[in-house]
Amino acid sequence: MEVVLQSLNIPLSVETVCVFTAPVFSAFAAWAAYLLTKEVKGTGAGLTAAVLLAMVPSYISRSVAGSYDNEAVAIFALIFTFYLYVKTLNTGSLFYATLNSIAYFYMVCSWGGYTFIINLIPMHVLLCIVTGRYSSRLYIAYAPLVVLGTLLAALVPVVGFNAVMTSEHFASFLVFIVIHVVALAYYIKGILSPKMFKVAATLVVSVGLVVGCAVIAVLVAVVASSPTKGWSGRSLSLLDPTYASKYIPIIASVSEHQPPTWPSYFMDLNVLAFLVPAGIIACFSPLSDASSFVILYLVMSVYFSGVMVRLMLVLAPAACIMSGIALSEAFDVFTRSIKFYITNLSESLQIDAGDAVPGNGVSPQNDVLKTDKKEDTLKERPSRKNKKKEKETIEKPSVKSKAEKKPLVLPVEASFFALFLTVLLGGFYVVHSVWAAAEAYSAPSIVLTSHSHDGLHVFDDFREAYAWLSHNTEVDDKVASWWDYGYQTTAMANRTVIVDNNTWNNTHIATVGTAMSSPEKAAWEIFNSLDVKYVLVVFGGLVGYPSDDINKFLWMVRIGGGVFPHIKEPDYLRDGQYRIDSQATPTMLNSLMYKLSYFRFVETDGGKGYDRVRRTEIGKKHFKLTHFEEVFTTHHWMVRIYKLKPQKNRIRGKTKKSKSKTSFTTTPRSGTTKKNPWH
Amino acid sequence: MSRFRFDLLLLLVLSLQLSPALSDLIISKLDRRIDLTSQIVRVTMTLKVENTGHDPVSEVSFTFPEHQANNLALLLAVSTEGKGKNRGAATNLPIGVKQPNDSPPSLVWYAASLPKELGKGESLNMDVLAVFTHSLRPFPEKITQAEPQLLLFQDSAHFTSPYNVKVQSLTVKLPSGNVESYTKLEKTKFSGSEIKYGPFENLPALSYSPVIIHFPSNKPFAIAKELVREIEISHWGNVQVTEHYSIIHGGAQSTGEFSRLDFQARPEVRGASAFRHLIAMLPPRAHSIYYRDAIGNISTSNIHSDSSKTLVEIEPRYPMFGGWKTSFTIGYGLPLHDYLFQSGGNRFLNITFGSPLFDVLVENLTLKVVLPEGSKDIYSSVPFPVKESQETKFSHLDIAGRPTIVIEKVNVVPEHNQYFQVHYKFSNISLLTEPLMLIFGFFALFVACIIYMHADLTISKSSSSYLAKLQWDEVQGTIQQLQDIINRCLLIHDKLEASLRELSRTGDVQACKAVRKSADSLLKDLSKELKPLLALLQSSPQAAHILPKVEDLVMKERDLQEKILLKHTTVVDSYERKSMSRDAENRVAAIQQKISALKQEVDDLLDFVEDI
Repeated sequence: MEVVLQSLNIPLSVETVCVFTAPVFSAFAAWAAYLLTKEVKGTGAGLTAAVLLAMVPSYISRSVAGSYDNEAVAIFALIFTFYLYVKTLNTGSLFYATLNSIAYFYMVCSWGGYTFIINLIPMHVLLCIVTGRYSSRLYIAYAPLVVLGTLLAALVPVVGFNAVMTSEHFASFLVFIVIHVVALAYYIKGILSPKMFKVAATLVVSVGLVVGCAVIAVLVAVVASSPTKGWSGRSLSLLDPTYASKYIPIIASVSEHQPPTWPSYFMDLNVLAFLVPAGIIACFSPLSDASSFVILYLVMSVYFSGVMVRLMLVLAPAACIMSGIALSEAFDVFTRSIKFYITNLSESLQIDAGDAVPGNGVSPQNDVLKTDKKEDTLKERPSRKNKKKEKETIEKPSVKSKAEKKPLVLPVEASFFALFLTVLLGGFYVVHSVWAAAEAYSAPSIVLTSHSHDGLHVFDDFREAYAWLSHNTEVDDKVASWWDYGYQTTAMANRTVIVDNNTWNNTHIATVGTAMSSPEKAAWEIFNSLDVKYVLVVFGGLVGYPSDDINKFLWMVRIGGGVFPHIKEPDYLRDGQYRIDSQATPTMLNSLMYKLSYFRFVETDGGKGYDRVRRTEIGKKHFKLTHFEEVFTTHHWMVRIYKLKPQKNRIRGKTKKSKSKTSFTTTPRSGTTKKNPWH
Repeated sequence: MSRFRFDLLLLLVLSLQLSPALSDLIISKLDRRIDLTSQIVRVTMTLKVENTGHDPVSEVSFTFPEHQANNLALLLAVSTEGKGKNRGAATNLPIGVKQPNDSPPSLVWYAASLPKELGKGESLNMDVLAVFTHSLRPFPEKITQAEPQLLLFQDSAHFTSPYNVKVQSLTVKLPSGNVESYTKLEKTKFSGSEIKYGPFENLPALSYSPVIIHFPSNKPFAIAKELVREIEISHWGNVQVTEHYSIIHGGAQSTGEFSRLDFQARPEVRGASAFRHLIAMLPPRAHSIYYRDAIGNISTSNIHSDSSKTLVEIEPRYPMFGGWKTSFTIGYGLPLHDYLFQSGGNRFLNITFGSPLFDVLVENLTLKVVLPEGSKDIYSSVPFPVKESQETKFSHLDIAGRPTIVIEKVNVVPEHNQYFQVHYKFSNISLLTEPLMLIFGFFALFVACIIYMHADLTISKSSSSYLAKLQWDEVQGTIQQLQDIINRCLLIHDKLEASLRELSRTGDVQACKAVRKSADSLLKDLSKELKPLLALLQSSPQAAHILPKVEDLVMKERDLQEKILLKHTTVVDSYERKSMSRDAENRVAAIQQKISALKQEVDDLLDFVEDI
């Protein structure tokens, strides 16, 4: 792509690509949502779903221009895989089945959430089999996906043999066996007479049970032999929401991995949350393979989003599809009743104009009545003299047949009103989405803003610190900070970090956590052994920025303590409470994190040291650093950078002597004497 | 210190060694003013040259010690004729380096050629401006945040002229009244913020008397190590200027801790040597100004603009202490008609050379002027010596690339901010190349799409799927026709019904009969048309699965037709007999019931067929 454009002399920088990847993929995702919903409920629902998905705040959070995240790509891949699955299910075409496996491969490449697909589709297949909806189309949709998909997935380096080894994938293989057994059963049923089939069935079932039990026993034994039951920590924390906080603090420490609150549902989905139930009902009438799949998708994603905020992202397309179906059904009914009313009106108007009989059908009655009237006017003409009796006899069946065909014809006023309300609802959704996109998700998380009485105030401290690091430190200096800032430091400050957002080695993170929770000297030793020159901490106490390192500190203690047992969480808690005021434990007050955060903080407000995040005065106010020195603090004190002091010189006495002679040297540091060329 | 001393020593030796004046010129009066108020040292000299010899002289030489000459950014000499009130017009004198063979080392000679030769006994007034960079040395070289920055300046109290000087004096202007120390000679006066040496009388050529001044100065020491200015001309009406700076605080190195607390509490004391912002003076009508660096927009900047200039106050992300570095980019657009002019067939760009930042020394300036694609006969004229080369820049939709003039210069001071010209030839038609390319590109794309849509790309015309597709198309066409016919039938039914209504209203039996007659004939035609279609459908294997429905539809429709005709006949009959028998009424009612049922079914079937 780039080569092509470059050859056309259209310069395309990496930044441009990064900025536009997410929006482009979100456009693809809307298109995929349209296709998927079209397969389920027709074009109207598809378009509505696509419109909703194009604006859903949850997905906007990952797909605004500049948010270069694999999740933006992954959601498109997810929806597209589902679309191809449903398409295969509807057509039974092997072509789409192959495409489906390729789309699945794409999803595996893009996101770890592919396990969602490889569990959801088998579930649906199983559901279809259990409810007696087995068909050859189902077989074509599923079998190639498992075989081809697994093979392709194993090609991805991160997945590799996990594609056949871990429990996340077992469900698909189990269902693969089941579907073959069922297919065989249907085949035999087809070629044998019913009687023979019964005999054969009993035979096969008894043998099959024995074999099946044996296989399952082996499987269970294999699975049970591994400590995590073959599940990866991530998946386990999904299945058991309390698992992560018990065993893997590093997963639980991420704010995105916390369970969401109700407001966050409303924030991310808005009116979709209310439309979803209606969509489910619409999917049940009539229930097809495709619509049952969508329902299953929705139910599963609702569960997962309940476990982790992050997975709200998976729920968003499902909610959009459901709401799209609901909205389009609603629109369908309303507009149909209105259209019905209008055609009747025009017809009766015609008649009335010719008839000159006033009040015979123009009266604004409700629609059902209208139908009667129309039928009246049409049929009573030929036999006008004694119409009454006749009318009744003629009318009834005709009304009935109408009612049978269009059971959902509402009164016209009601439908107008409901239409108005639905449009209003959609309007609210648009307004909310735009607001959310503008306020919550478009602003880069690295630049903070606050509105005060004298206008907008910008907190650009992070970039200030990173720019300082990149320009005023040596290129090969290493910077230690909590892993949240790892990527940013690497990218913006262009410095090597100890741990970053993709550090898989738990011990690395625990080492940094331990250093942060240790007293100054021990921390200095740890950092020095890691060849760290600078330590970066984020401190929000001065301006009230809540997600600073002091608030994350307990996680550092936990993660550090998980590997180095001499760090104990209770040492940092007073009566089970995390506090930094005068009641705080000495371990807490002597930890490096506390010291680096609050160094000389007390002097900012005249000796009180009031922390605006914790809303309390700090515990230890006046202290000096012996092993670290402050080299940079940003404008709002949000980022503080410290340098490790060099190791003490053993022949310090001698240098001191020589220094006393020098008149112009201003710092008591030994190195300066040599460098000064004036002497 | 050692190098410093060495220099002095050398010069002293030189002054002893050197033979008397090279020519018979003498300088009868020389006033020298050295301005130390900013990091750039500006020396202005007013001198009067007299020719005491016999030969006319065409050049006046100036000498500078080598260490000064290396830092000499600019040397300008202006000669004025006459005296006092009737001073003539000032003329800029061309200056060149002219090293005589017998020159002592570590002296650099500059020669200003006079506009006309100076005859015997004649005299000439000259103003000379010399601008030096890097001449102020911070001492101590490293200071902490709280200390003020002290600078050291060294020069000679006597101007090292190759000629004998009758009277000369030196005034040094300091940024403030404070001075740490200064060399005291016999005639030295310190008043206000000025140090005055001299007047000295009857000094021999190349006399030297070292002077060292040590004084505090917290003026910004902003040095742009590298500045790349790119000026891109678009003949659609814009001159885009992009300037990439990498700036360092060139003063005393900051050492030790940086405490934000101290800096915020008392910025005048704790952080006096730092500078927080720079001011750029952009031309008026500059628009789309941006200020950013590698990690995005820098939100701390202000713009004040009026009709004569646009002031941009740019604040680096962090206060700049000694030795701290930063880099950023400023960009702005200028209206083309203010800067591009036409003379004859030529066009020329007339724009300033240097950086718009106040008081910033640019060590390496690279100026790129990107001309539109298709420019020819390019040359530039810069009022001072520069290094020049050409390259080609490729941008959007370029074929041959845009010719670019690259001008490089070291040690650029604000005095260099003069206008320079780039001349080139450019035809207006080339302006349309890129839009036309776009138009043709899209046109070709659409044409290709149209061709693709109309082309039959099937490889094998006899493959079964292709044939099946053809057949299916045929079936669809047939069904379309069939549907048409049935719809027309239904229309006729409606007409019949309408005629019945008319009858009940007016009682005009004849009109009703006429309608009936035409309807009969029409229906007959339609049923005739229907037959071959049905036959075709029956013969086609593709239509097998929809055939029953279609046949059903046709049957039902025929049924409906019969019923309606029957009803029509009955009603018309009864009207003719002027009375409706009870029996007939019942019959009509029964028929009507069937008709509605049939209509319903036909509608349903039609819907189904339509879906195909």
